[in-house]
Amino acid sequence: MAVTAIPHPGEQAKFRTCTATGLKVDLAAERLIIANAVAAVVFLLIGGIAALLISLTRWQAIHLLSPVWFYRLVTAHGFDMLVAWIVFFEVAGLYFGGAIMLNARLVQPKLAWLAFVLMVVGAVLVNVVVLMGKADVMFTAYVPLKAHPLFYLGVILFAVGALVALLIFFATLVVAKVEGRYEGSLPLVVYGLAAAAIIATYTLLSGALSFVPAFFWSLGIIEYYNPAYYRNLFWSFGHPAQQINLAAMVAIWYGLAAITVGAVPLNEKLSRLAFILYILFINLGSAHHLLVDPGPGFAWKVTNTSYAMYLAVLGSLIHAFSIPAAVEVALRRRGHTRGLFEWLRRAPWREPGFSALVVSMFVFGWIGGVTGVTIGTEQINMLAHNTLRVPGHFHATVVGGTTLAFMGFTYYVIPLIFRREVKFKKLAIWQPYVYGLGMALVAVGFVAAGIQGVSRRHWDITFAQAPFQTPVPGTVYLALAVFGIGALIAIVGGIMYMVVVLASVFTGKRVEPKQTTLVVEPPPALGYLSEKEEHNPKLQPRGTWVLVVAFLMFFAAYYLSNWWLLGRLWVVR
Amino acid sequence: MIAPPRIWWRPLGRYERRWFIIAFVWCLFLTAMMPLWFFLGRQNVPVTTYRVDAATFQEKVTSFVEQYQVDTLNGIPVVEVPPGGEAYLQAKQWQWYPVLKLKKGETYRLHVSSLDVLHGFSIQPLNMNFMVVPGYDYVLTITPTTSGEYAIVCNEFCGIGHHIMIGKILVTE
Repeated sequence: MAVTAIPHPGEQAKFRTCTATGLKVDLAAERLIIANAVAAVVFLLIGGIAALLISLTRWQAIHLLSPVWFYRLVTAHGFDMLVAWIVFFEVAGLYFGGAIMLNARLVQPKLAWLAFVLMVVGAVLVNVVVLMGKADVMFTAYVPLKAHPLFYLGVILFAVGALVALLIFFATLVVAKVEGRYEGSLPLVVYGLAAAAIIATYTLLSGALSFVPAFFWSLGIIEYYNPAYYRNLFWSFGHPAQQINLAAMVAIWYGLAAITVGAVPLNEKLSRLAFILYILFINLGSAHHLLVDPGPGFAWKVTNTSYAMYLAVLGSLIHAFSIPAAVEVALRRRGHTRGLFEWLRRAPWREPGFSALVVSMFVFGWIGGVTGVTIGTEQINMLAHNTLRVPGHFHATVVGGTTLAFMGFTYYVIPLIFRREVKFKKLAIWQPYVYGLGMALVAVGFVAAGIQGVSRRHWDITFAQAPFQTPVPGTVYLALAVFGIGALIAIVGGIMYMVVVLASVFTGKRVEPKQTTLVVEPPPALGYLSEKEEHNPKLQPRGTWVLVVAFLMFFAAYYLSNWWLLGRLWVVR
Repeated sequence: MIAPPRIWWRPLGRYERRWFIIAFVWCLFLTAMMPLWFFLGRQNVPVTTYRVDAATFQEKVTSFVEQYQVDTLNGIPVVEVPPGGEAYLQAKQWQWYPVLKLKKGETYRLHVSSLDVLHGFSIQPLNMNFMVVPGYDYVLTITPTTSGEYAIVCNEFCGIGHHIMIGKILVTE
């Protein structure tokens, strides 16, 4: 499954050879991957506890926390999940892709440890300041709502650490090429990770541009910080940060498809073009958050919110076809060629990497992608801005999509990198389904409440203590109950994940892995399609074709019905 | 995961090409919808914005209330805006001020700004949402097409009293 290792005289770094894949594993990179992955899971745990408490508050029938603690834990949840868990995991993924998948050494492991320490210190600092009640400002920390200076400093330290890690990744790629560690082009998974890293670089630089002045402003060194500028700068960090997740997740999708069914990309040109479209256009999406702001004009909003001409969406639509198509063709090559969907019935549904891939793609695309493009439409945003439709969208993308894909990937990192046997495999088999179902309900409940106007980040939608009330329809309570039940199911799925990971890492038997898959037999290594196979009518992705056309029809129905809803509003210009 | 063959710059397959074209056309349609609605639709995001400092805006609100106040509701003045006139709405932690009384079918220029932090202007249960940014006077040229009582919910987190920040718009026939 890997590029062939090229022997290297006078080697400085220490390697071992993986018994399952034949890859050369740089031991320094391996230790860093372990450290970053462990840190990721720790912050996932903290963020998960916060998630449990805040969802039991938003589920109006339970309404658990006081307002102070609700807003405080929403702040902590946002940072720990959107920044700490995901970025730590991505750094682990970058070291894995940059060094191990290329049989290369990680350059400057000491500097990588410095980056790790900076990120840990930054993340701990943010958590401590928030939990002490010195930064009840939400993850977005909109100026002029002021937090303690150490809050901004924590975010800055974390970002600097992450930037250093990115530079090490790029240097590793260059050195691997120069030292001739691999031949030919980068594998697609590494290519996707490199795209994520490029997006991450300008994202983190924008983050510095927004947070460094905020830090000085909180110290009183800067008198005035224009809140509109801050919003623009913050979102050129905040939104592209989610696009790093997108690119990394798609790379992991290709990886999971390769591991579990032996899928090879059908057309490297198309898949790589899709990543290029991400790099070029996806940063424009920061405008999604400014669509109903005073200031920017129509042309600016439309150009940016549509990623030029929805070219980044085009990238996602390409992946939405090419990944399932690669899976379909791989299964068809193994003889499951009857009808449109025999391959789907014969797919390895018990393999957690495969189920994580499918569930993650479904929740990301059908729920997250469709709702995201719709609320990112300039005029329709008037219906959706700051309502629960926004968290509904990004819980489907970042949680049901990215987090679930990363979780699925962990089950393969444990034997291959930690070299521990995965314990409680039964739990691991069910976990992606439980977690995916929970997050799907969370997202649907949020969107359904948001369509009825329920505000996000709001402690009490009955407005009991306010001077005025407005009647809340029963369907809102229903939607919030769907959300609440979904949140509990997702938390059960999260606990299942934690149990498997922690038990395996700390008490699992030390093994030298013999195969890459967990439950099913590893797929035969078929390699790229020959000319003859490409034209074989039995090997065409016809099932995927039906699926993507159905997807597009659903997309169109949801999108157009929102224009209809918009037409019922008051006239405004 | 495997390295691609030496030459991977190959033509697309039949289904790939078809999907790529359909996806691209769909993207063009999504792009075209926004300018189309801009010229043909009746609900568009307002763009008129002025810089304003908090003190000036507060003065304008005060004189607006003095001029047109007709009533008080829960301690907050109710202001009847002359049809076609300028209306002012001030956001402050944690109150919308004043209560506006509008007439269905009339067009108003509604100036919204904040005296302190960011707020979110959300008319419920109608569900129209805009941002309120301190330092900026955002002018919504608005025509109510339905009558009744509407709440203004703050939907941008603005501090610990965020959930009690509810205002009111009354629309008469």
